[in-house]
Amino acid sequence: MPQLAADTKHRVAFHLNGRKVEVLAENRMLLSDLLRHELGATGTHVGCEHGVCGACTVQVDGAPVRACLILAAQIDGADVRTVEALTPTAQQLSPLQAAFREKHGLQCGFCTPGILMTLDALLTTRPDASEQEIREHLSGHLCRCTGYATIVAAALAAVEEIRKEQKYNA
Amino acid sequence: MKPPAFDFVRPEGMEEVLETLHLRSSDARIIAGGQSLVPMLNMRLARPGVLVDITGLRNLQSIHEVRGEVVIGAAVRQAELEAWPHLRRKLPLLAQAIRWIGHVQTRARGTVCGSVAHADPSAELPLALIALNGSVRLASQRSKRTVPAADFFLGMMSTAIAEGEMIEAVTFPVAENGTGYAFREIGRRHGDFAIVACAAVADKTATRLAIGGVDDHPRQFDLPQENGDELDDALNDIAWALNARDDLHASGRYRRELVRRLGRETVLEARSCRN
Ligand code: FES
Ligand code: FES
Repeated sequence: MPQLAADTKHRVAFHLNGRKVEVLAENRMLLSDLLRHELGATGTHVGCEHGVCGACTVQVDGAPVRACLILAAQIDGADVRTVEALTPTAQQLSPLQAAFREKHGLQCGFCTPGILMTLDALLTTRPDASEQEIREHLSGHLCRCTGYATIVAAALAAVEEIRKEQKYNA
Repeated sequence: MKPPAFDFVRPEGMEEVLETLHLRSSDARIIAGGQSLVPMLNMRLARPGVLVDITGLRNLQSIHEVRGEVVIGAAVRQAELEAWPHLRRKLPLLAQAIRWIGHVQTRARGTVCGSVAHADPSAELPLALIALNGSVRLASQRSKRTVPAADFFLGMMSTAIAEGEMIEAVTFPVAENGTGYAFREIGRRHGDFAIVACAAVADKTATRLAIGGVDDHPRQFDLPQENGDELDDALNDIAWALNARDDLHASGRYRRELVRRLGRETVLEARSCRN
């Protein structure tokens, strides 16, 4: 059985935003730190580091999860997606991001990358998500600025935008 | 807020898991979803020498029904149970309780058995296990045993799991016709720790109420069949029997009041939906 000793670094290979990456990491390294410090993907923020605030939320195999509660060793072979993957091109925002700008869904922006990754996952599986579902998914995030109302408004605007896009592209 | 150093092993079969637990005993911890253990590591409340990752073990990954029980393996994630197509019919109490467990983001990783092993006094899965008279299957290198829920939770985050043992599966009895199930919870925000959580099971002849979040582990009580003063008196006795304490989130008095009122609502709902 694979035995990874505490005092050495071990190879972790996974997909990050569609690209194959390979890093050496200690067993105790958290996915949040692996992304930020080893791979320079600093779009993922770190608030509480014990699973309470949701700032570190990324998608692992399509599901939104807390990167600060995942050990690097446990994502070997996984598909990881971070906020850096959302923009279609460097000049463009995704419909969800554009809705956040439009509806003032952020102020300081600290909580935003995590919230975007949760909502992106929700809207991918449920493009017609209800306000109730949106609120339930947002309950896993703390925002100290907005009071949440504008975040919900942004999410609902994104649902509307996606509906329009689908109608014209169908 | 970084974990201390530990060895990490990925066993390929149960023998290897149990052998590691045997050799490293109290120095070893099982890790699956990590949603309870990793916060403990980050805060250095746990300092295991070796983590044994069981997420790759096929035989721990299934939900299946045998002889009137739903058996949930140790690597089954809470989100998988939530998506199990038979959940509403076979385990209606869990179908109601599951969205109260943490958040979407933690259910995607956290396992059913992990929450039972962690035994947080306000957690929903231990409460449901107690309410339904479920059981816990434990394995060690020497033996296997099944412990009824009532004997499994011993106190605050303390269980009957002995050194060298691990949870292989938990089992919940399949719902019976003519029995009503209800779950209610009050917390500061959705997904926060429960201040009080109630689970009721009612059939024609008996009603059980289990309460979490108040005492240091979830507890179960039998209730009279009447809906009037007898029920209120019994709930009042329960409220006082639970050692409700003041903490950051609520006073003991507020918790007792919740046991009386939320308890009553939960019981009445369970009684109204038995068919
Ligand atoms: S940093 Fe991960 S939940 Fe707060
Ligand atoms: S925008 Fe500042 S924390 Fe959410």
